[in-house]
Amino acid sequence: MRDTTSDLPISLDTVTVRCGAVSILHDVTLEIAGGPPTVLLGPNGSGKSTLIKLGMRLISPSAGHITFGGRSSPGPTRSAIVFQKPIMLRRTAAANIAFALSAAGREPDAATISHLLSQVGLAALADRPARRLSGGEQQRLALARALARAPEVLFLDEPTASLDPAATKGVEDIIARTACEGVKIVMATHDLGQAKRLAGDVVFLAGGRVVERGASPQFFMSPSTDAARRFLAGDLVL
Amino acid sequence: MNAVNARDGCQLNATDAVQLIWSGDANLFAIVRLSLAVTLAATVLAAVVGMPLGAFAALVRFPGRELLVVVLNAFMGLPPVVVGLVVFLMLSRAGPLGELGLLFTPTAMVVAQTVLITPIVAALTRQVIEDLWAEYREEFQAMQVGPLARVRALLWDARFSLVTILLAGFGRAAAEVGAVIIVGGNIDGFTRVMTTTIALETSKGNLALAVGLGLILITLVVTVNALAWSVRRWSEKHAA
Repeated sequence: MRDTTSDLPISLDTVTVRCGAVSILHDVTLEIAGGPPTVLLGPNGSGKSTLIKLGMRLISPSAGHITFGGRSSPGPTRSAIVFQKPIMLRRTAAANIAFALSAAGREPDAATISHLLSQVGLAALADRPARRLSGGEQQRLALARALARAPEVLFLDEPTASLDPAATKGVEDIIARTACEGVKIVMATHDLGQAKRLAGDVVFLAGGRVVERGASPQFFMSPSTDAARRFLAGDLVL
Repeated sequence: MNAVNARDGCQLNATDAVQLIWSGDANLFAIVRLSLAVTLAATVLAAVVGMPLGAFAALVRFPGRELLVVVLNAFMGLPPVVVGLVVFLMLSRAGPLGELGLLFTPTAMVVAQTVLITPIVAALTRQVIEDLWAEYREEFQAMQVGPLARVRALLWDARFSLVTILLAGFGRAAAEVGAVIIVGGNIDGFTRVMTTTIALETSKGNLALAVGLGLILITLVVTVNALAWSVRRWSEKHAA
């Protein structure tokens, strides 16, 4: 039976993540609720991917705590993630989807697999070994695999970082469509153009801290912090 | 003069050997059949024991795991005569399993070959599964894949490598002589296999049979390796 409890809002209360002596996130307090896509924006090493992994509970905070829909346990049950470099299972595209459906407790029937592949424009490549797909096709297959979980929240960790513009557009179209269907998108990127195209609201991170948060037009038109202004101007923000 | 005779002798032996194979000599093919039966049985047993053991060592953290990994790796190079000796002592009348009466039977030879190749199968399986798990871990955690489904998926996705491992084990067992001659006794018509017959017939000077069996053994080993290579090529092309 599918879990119907909600993972939203995701609330982080003074969360710190350390890796040995190095602090990756410091005292982050943040709430992610339903609605348009939330984009985590910031330079490399600002803590975006760590925040995404916390949201999926792939890692635990060193200090502070996180709740999902008001509960701290169990972790997210209706969330899915697409990594920057997703790992394709050594089987066909269709079999990758079938595996994700089974893992999510759904029936891996041919109609559902076909529907998911069609959603990401890979229906014609169903029988091709997943590892022989191009980078953009693999990323779309990873999206279909994530959608196989019928997620309430979809985390995307720089999903187009290594793609060319055409492949990037293909992935962004799927993200926008998924968001329109009511799935909460939480996406990490350092691509300003992509953030402008997709974001409903922006969380700007630098040095492991949330520096600024605001609705997308407001953030891009009139950022309230110096760090965000410099980042938007193309300066190096460390 | 002697060199010419020796060369003629070699040509004669090779011709006799081919004639022996071509004629379908019953004695020769009985030896081949027994060799294949013993080696296949040992390979199946090594797969049944070694693959789960290797997967367990790859995926489960427990006290003594590293020692197990070191032992498995070390035992890949077990000297066959030592394995033969240990199995002999276990199965001999005074040994702990002497009452089973297995010494100098094909079963004893299967046991010895199984002991010899199980560490190879287990150690290589552990390495393959561990490498694949390192690759899949984060995706599987994100997909919340359960432990059983995880093991099934890893074994399935590693299937071509695992087949190659089994073929390597088969090749090692098929070419083995030291252990099976100790526990089998090389009894004519009962426990005589290709490798032990080659050793015996060479010492007796019956080179036609020795060369004939040698040709078959080499053909078998080459075929097995060609099969392993083909499996890998096919998997690269079709399953990536």
